[in-house]
Formats: sequence, C-alpha cells, structure tokens
Amino acid sequence: MSDSKSNGVKMTSKHLDFYYGNFQALHDVSLEFKKQQVTALIGPSGCGKSTYLRCLNRMNDLIPIARVEGKIMLEDEDIYDPSLDVVMLRRRVGMVFQKPNPFPKSVYENVAYGLRVNGIRDKGLIEQRVTESIQRAALWDEVKDRLQESALGLSGGQQQRLCIARALAVEPEVVLMDEPASALDPIATQKIEDLIHELKKEYTIIIVTHSMQQAARVSDITAFFYIGKLIEVGDTDTLFTRPRLKQTEDYITGRFG
Amino acid sequence: MAGKRQSTEKVMRTFFFCVATASIAVLFMIMVFLFMEGLPVFNMVSVKEFLFGVYWYPTSDPPDFGIYPLIVASLAVTAVSAVIAIPLGVMTAIYLAELASKRVAEIFKPIVELLAALPSVVIGFFGMVIVAPFLQQVLGVATGLNLFNAALMLAFMSIPTICSISEDAIYSVPNALREGSLALGATQWETLWRVVVPASISGIATSVILGISRAVGETMVVLMVAGGAAMVPSSIFDPVRPMPASIAAEMAEAPFRGDHYYALFATGIVLFLFTLFFNIIADIIATRYRQVGEASL
Repeated sequence: MSDSKSNGVKMTSKHLDFYYGNFQALHDVSLEFKKQQVTALIGPSGCGKSTYLRCLNRMNDLIPIARVEGKIMLEDEDIYDPSLDVVMLRRRVGMVFQKPNPFPKSVYENVAYGLRVNGIRDKGLIEQRVTESIQRAALWDEVKDRLQESALGLSGGQQQRLCIARALAVEPEVVLMDEPASALDPIATQKIEDLIHELKKEYTIIIVTHSMQQAARVSDITAFFYIGKLIEVGDTDTLFTRPRLKQTEDYITGRFG
Repeated sequence: MAGKRQSTEKVMRTFFFCVATASIAVLFMIMVFLFMEGLPVFNMVSVKEFLFGVYWYPTSDPPDFGIYPLIVASLAVTAVSAVIAIPLGVMTAIYLAELASKRVAEIFKPIVELLAALPSVVIGFFGMVIVAPFLQQVLGVATGLNLFNAALMLAFMSIPTICSISEDAIYSVPNALREGSLALGATQWETLWRVVVPASISGIATSVILGISRAVGETMVVLMVAGGAAMVPSSIFDPVRPMPASIAAEMAEAPFRGDHYYALFATGIVLFLFTLFFNIIADIIATRYRQVGEASL
C-alpha cells in the first residue's frame, strides 16, 4: 500500500499479551491498522483472533479474570491508560458481533439508542442520523416502512445490517467486526461484504473471519494468528499467493485448521 | 413382546391422565363448592348492596352484609404493600443479577429465599410484637395494628417472590445485548436501564403480579396485624379488616348454612375473583411480551 507508514496509522498494538487467569491467550502481538483499510484477522478456532479484536475496544474488561500487558494505541492515546474513559473509547471504536444482537426495541430505536446514550437529544438530528446510518448499512429500502416495528422481526441478515447501522450511527472511527457474516446465508453475506467495501472509504475496519475467501475478498491486509501468536501479516494478495511462512501456507491451503 | 410394551405405554398414559384429571377435578369441585355456598346470600341482599354496603355487622339483628369496607381494606393493604415491595424486590433483583459480585450474590440469594420460607404466622407475630409497638411509640398512632403494619408485613412476604422471579428474568437476558450496548459507548447504568430491564420486563411484571396476588390472598398476617376494624380507612394508620381476615376470624362462629355463613363464602368468591384477575393479567403479560432469552417462566 502506498500510504506513508507513519501517517495512515489509526491503531497500533505493541507487544500485547493477554491472559485469562493463568492462561496466556495472546503472546506479544504487535500490529498496525491503517485508515481506510480493511484488515482481516484469520486463523483456526481458538487462535486468539477474537480475543485480540475484543482487546481493541476493551470488551474483555467485562471478564473479571482477564489481564492485558503491552500497549494498544488509538492514534496517540494508550487505550489501557487508567485515566482513559472506556465509554469514550467505545464510541470511537465500534463493534459488530458474530451473531446479530439487536435490542428488543423497534428498528428505529435500535439505531437511535447509541445516539441517545451519547447525549444527543435533538429529535431532528437523531432522525437524520438514524436515516443516514440505515441507508449507509444498505438496509433502508427493506425497512423504511417498518421502522417502528420490532427489530426482532427482521431476518438474520437484516438484523446484522441493522447492527452495523447501529454501530455507524455513533460515528466511530474504527469498526471492529467479529465474524459478522458467520451466522448468515450467502446472499446476506454478500451484502455485508459489499457494505464493508463501501465503509472502508470512511472507516478503519478490522474484521475477524473464519472464511479465507472472505478475507481475500474484503481485506487489504491479512494477519494470520495461530495459538495466540501473530504468525504473519501482509498485503492480502501477497499473503494468499506467496505466504512467507510454511505455517501460513498450510493454513490457507486448508492443510490444517 | 411389542404388544406388551405397547400395552404398558397405554396403561402408563392412562394412569397419568387419571392423576392429572383428579387433581384438576378436585380444584374444580372446590370452586363449585365455593359458589354453591356463597351465592345463596344474594337471596337476602342484592349484589350491589353486598359489594357496596358500607356496614359489615353480620351478627346484629337485623344483620348488615356490606363488604365494601373489607374490599377497600384488601385493596388498600395490597396497594401499600405493592408500593413498598415492588421497588425493593425489583431493585434487589437487579442488584443480585447485574451488580453484585458472585460471592455477594451467593450469600444474598439464599437469604432472600429464606425470607420466602418464613411461615406467615411468624411474620404476623413479628408485626404484632415488634412493629406494632414501634409504630405506636414512634408515630403516636392509636394502634400499631393497622393498615400500614399489615402492608409492611405483606411486603416482606411478596419481596422474595418478586425478587427471585425478576432475578431469573434479568439474569437470562443474553450477554450479547449487554455487549451490544456497551460497545456503543453506553455506560453500565444506561445498559441496565435501557436495555436489560426492558428486555426482561415481562418477567419482572409477572413477578410483581404473582407477588401481589400472594399478598391479596394472604390471611394470617392480615388477621394478626391489620387491626380488624370493619370500616373504610381514612388514613394508612387506621385499623382495617381485609377480606381473608374477616373470613378466617368469623367462619368458626357463623352458624352452618346461616346467612352469615353464606356471606362469608360470598366474600370468598370476591376474593377468588380478585386473585384470578391478577393471575390472568400475569398470564397475558407473560405471553404478550415474550421474555428475551431463556427465562423459564
């Protein structure tokens, strides 16, 4: 990629170690994520890629026995600095989960929720942002007549795009996606992937995926994790055609995992 | 061989059918009995006089069978106890399900359940011996055995029901919803009030109504601490005589199949309709607002 290395960097992890109690789930992971790029994290189940993703917006804080060492920087802020406001961090680093998890509220309220908790009271502004977000998530045509209906009545793929709309509404800078299409059928998956292409114009996107084809289709950079270690990272095209390491090659050619 | 197995199945199924039918039949017969013994009072007084008559002097000559003061007493005691029990029960449930550390929850939950195991007569006794003198001395009311005391004791009895069912409902809200909310930059507090509680509202509402319906029908406590005066209360510190207390206190003295006897059974019908009403509401809420997640309600 032609961006200069120092300027385009949005998030960095430096020598990140992560522990569940005594079990070390991540070993010395150092990675950079650039603006307007999609980075895919791949690797077999249990390799730590989801754990790593959840370190980036401190979702792992919810697990009492979790512990982090090393640094994660969002631009020039250390996100594990005790003085950092984790609520503010999560506004800047949004997340889309593996299974669609809309709130048991109306379609409209699902998207408006993030705005309301962020202190936006202006009804006109809320309405505008809700509309925009649903449009950007390529869901508008399907739900514009049922905004007041329960979000739980939408199909799985629609729910997932609603969750993306919900994440976009608070205008994050980075969007983390944890296997966002794994619970969806191929058509819905296609829509999510198209959406990722659109979104990368404005956001830094980090996506965990089990599907190598998906990583190849949507990402610019791919990072391969194995047993808690970052094995190899590089341009997606290069990594999939000419991996440097034997381990990576074995994985992407389907010889294990 | 196969034939034998099939016949065993058939016998078992018939057996269980009989057992199930028997228990339902008995309950149904009790209900029939209640109506049989209660309805004759309306040969003597009209339904309107019975429900809205303000004088309950069943042993005077001529007797007055107006249960309005008893109905008001039951409703007032229930309402005041609900005002006390709902916030306490629901907030305790929220605390135990969402905020308490595992260790605290492990200590608190059995205590709440222990409260449910307290026999109502013990609670009544506590109300008589401890709360009543306290109310008399501290608030200077005429008698400590009054509406407020009864409501307080009933609140103690409904809190465990409200708390444990609500706790179950809140606890079973999927974690994915909490994470979804937190990931949008909501605080733990916002997540709790705007996502978790609304998601479990049907369970919470059910718990509240079950807790309250328990309070409506509860007899021993109101018999012991409500004061027993069959009059329409003018303040929450007036003594009252809720319907169950009246039935329990007078049934032994009412001549068999006399007017008083019928009047007490008719009071029982009214009470039954009240609790039935609460239970139907609970049922409607539980089916209409389906619980999100896997609460076993």
